[in-house]
Amino acid sequence: MDVGIVGYGTQIPRYRIKVEEIAKVWGADAPSYKKGLNLNEKSVPCPDEDVATLTVNAARNALLRAGINPMEIGAVYVGSESHPYAVKPTGTILAEALGICPHVHTADFEFACKAGTEAMFVALHLVKSGVMKYAIGAGSDTSQGAPGDALEYSASAGSAAYVMGADNLVAVLENTHCFMTDTPDFWRREGAHYPEHGGRFTGEPAYWKHVSGAVNAMLEKANMKPEDFNYIIFHQPNGKFPAQAALKLGFKEPQFRHGLLTPVLGNTYSASSPLGLAATLDVANPDDKILLVSYGSGAGSDAFIFRTTDRLLKVRNLAPLVRKQLDEYKVYLEYGTYAKFRRKILKPE
Amino acid sequence: MREVAIIGIGMMKWGELWEKSLRDLAVEAALNCMADAGTDRIDSISIGCMSGGLFNGQEHLASMIPDYLGLKNTPAMRVESACASGGLAVRTAYMEIASGMADYALAIGVEKMTDVSGGEATYGLATAADQDYEAFNGINFPGLYALMAKAHMHRYGTTREQLADVAVKNHRNGNLNPNAQFPALMTREQVMSSVMVADPLRLMDCSPITDGAAALLLTTVEEAKRIGKHPLVVISGIGLATDTIALCQRKDILKCPAIEIAAQRAFKMAGKTIRDINFAEVHDCFTISEIMIMEALGIVEPGQGGPATSAGHTALDGKFPINTSGGLKSKGHPVGATGVAQIYEVVTQLRGTAGKRQLANAKVGLTQNMGGSGGSCVIHILEVKS
Amino acid sequence: MKVAKHWRETPERYRLEAGKCKKCGHINFPNRLICPECGAREFETIRLSGKGKLETYTVIHTAPDGFADLAPYAVGIVELQEGVKILAQITDCNPADLKIGDPLVTKFRRINEEGKTGMIMYGYKFVPDNGL
Repeated sequence: MDVGIVGYGTQIPRYRIKVEEIAKVWGADAPSYKKGLNLNEKSVPCPDEDVATLTVNAARNALLRAGINPMEIGAVYVGSESHPYAVKPTGTILAEALGICPHVHTADFEFACKAGTEAMFVALHLVKSGVMKYAIGAGSDTSQGAPGDALEYSASAGSAAYVMGADNLVAVLENTHCFMTDTPDFWRREGAHYPEHGGRFTGEPAYWKHVSGAVNAMLEKANMKPEDFNYIIFHQPNGKFPAQAALKLGFKEPQFRHGLLTPVLGNTYSASSPLGLAATLDVANPDDKILLVSYGSGAGSDAFIFRTTDRLLKVRNLAPLVRKQLDEYKVYLEYGTYAKFRRKILKPE
Repeated sequence: MREVAIIGIGMMKWGELWEKSLRDLAVEAALNCMADAGTDRIDSISIGCMSGGLFNGQEHLASMIPDYLGLKNTPAMRVESACASGGLAVRTAYMEIASGMADYALAIGVEKMTDVSGGEATYGLATAADQDYEAFNGINFPGLYALMAKAHMHRYGTTREQLADVAVKNHRNGNLNPNAQFPALMTREQVMSSVMVADPLRLMDCSPITDGAAALLLTTVEEAKRIGKHPLVVISGIGLATDTIALCQRKDILKCPAIEIAAQRAFKMAGKTIRDINFAEVHDCFTISEIMIMEALGIVEPGQGGPATSAGHTALDGKFPINTSGGLKSKGHPVGATGVAQIYEVVTQLRGTAGKRQLANAKVGLTQNMGGSGGSCVIHILEVKS
Repeated sequence: MKVAKHWRETPERYRLEAGKCKKCGHINFPNRLICPECGAREFETIRLSGKGKLETYTVIHTAPDGFADLAPYAVGIVELQEGVKILAQITDCNPADLKIGDPLVTKFRRINEEGKTGMIMYGYKFVPDNGL
């Protein structure tokens, strides 16, 4: 049976900080960061936002497009590397906020930046197995970068939620492939406030190896070529990696243009490729082929092939478009307020 | 019901009284009251205290205060209605006398607020609001009254200057009150340039955190005459009313049914209207409160509280003096003591012993004591009985 | 550690659940055991829309414990479409831009926490109704 996306929704905070503002504080060269990362500004969560609130608001938007009875949702999965609690699920908060407790399954996922697509992968396959009618898979993050570290320029916040089902689809799932190894490119130990990474090791042996591994295996499995796709979305830790990877794999700029949000959003980690997919669904036509490839440090990539339907056009405007949340009503912060919002300032106990 | 007179009043200078504990304050006020009454006969004690528990970790004041007054075994109770606890204690003392349960009833209002930090004191005060639907959402008392102030300014055109004039007038009165916490004079500019607390209310629009106590001794009019009390001050009317605890659940947030209905009840009992009242002590926890109370009591038409204040109608020499004591703003606001001290002031004026702040025409006075954002209100009407 | 107290308020705070009196139709938020209008005791559970108009507001500068990071922040009373009035913070806005009468809508937000290691309390806040 066909399974796929019934509804999708997103939530992006209103606050932003520019690369120049961060560079100024650390005496760094803003133009070279902007050029090297293809990144201008990133989203900043308000102190009253976290992964739970972003996911609830994204999921509510997804339900507006899905048009289903929420009580028929069999499971909700939230993938993040900044869950509000280390122990106590975000999924229960989401389910309670949607009002679908108690006969529902939940689990929180983590796998660095691909926790979101993991949640989506599991939701899709549970529906496919026939054990439930609908399942939500969401990717959300409010990740932190260590002050003064390269990752501070890009670590941002956002959420994308997907209601998966077997009918009334806006996008049909045609194929999936997962490519995973044990690779120590980026991690955070229990109790550590900020993550650590392997510097240049995060490029070729990590991001490139797994993204290309997943793409090549996916194309072969599906018997497709790069030019068969209307749109592609890769995990986007900065504005450079996904473009380089795409071009190297034989894709072209118009294919990844709409899904590449990092230059004005930053890296939303578990929401990164899921938000890129949502932005793509916001502009795609019926019967378009979309390739989604996530990447999570540690490391692995999940690849999905979707084909859009007519119904996408009918429901698209029932919830806010990604570009509206990205481009409208932005509020720029200076570093002090940003540091306060992100709790980087040492306060008395 | 027997008629009730007030034969003794006592308080002390209010302020941050570091050396005096909760029990010290209650005892001192009571001793001053009994000295004023000329007797130490007490059959029952009513204690008004908003929260000995939150401010002092001390409950069971009904046991502690008689004990420390040297009156153990005396019947006693503590009553609470947030900032109206004091007025409520006077009402229960009144009921003891009127009903015949007691012949001499002591009403004490006391609050010791400076043993906790400013934040803890604010938290304690906020328990007068709806904890789960108001305080939980990050609002405090200045905020609740600021919501009313902004709506009042929007509907009636009340100005920032008119609000400030309430504080200026109360400080002018408090300057003449030896018991006031903050007797220094204040200008409009000082009020309007003080630090913003909850827009549009600034620090000088808000009553302070205070330690203090006040006490009254009540007996029957017959007994008061017998012992030769003169002038004879009686309580001729009392009204108590309640309303929603949450501000947003009131049909019109600029109307205070608790005040209006308490006033109707007090007037009915005293056989009077607002036109028979010469002066009043009202609950100016914030400058906007005094303006809204004037309107709720019918002293002015709705919306006219600001203009009337700025025109001087509520000054000592005005048409209707309000808060000759300096009010909560200048005298201070030890929460549970305020309602009792309001009556202390009215009695002082009726007796003619108010010194520099004595009114020329003090015949019938009214006190209005209120809890929270208007969730409860108790009103007393007092006059000299010939 | 007031976990039970906060957990009990989940339906109201997470879903804006209110009670509609079966006898007179008055809506209570939060729900109650006794209708304050007609005294009846039976209610139907409904979820409020969260959409309404700003009746009055203030900007809190000296914030209570736990709210300092957002100060100065706006708090308002909003009259919802259903006729119910609720009080909540107004976020995602410049308080100086607010006006009485503005259309607002609720969002699920983080309200407070019991210290860095304690429970996190979620609830409703208003945001300007601009379709985000």
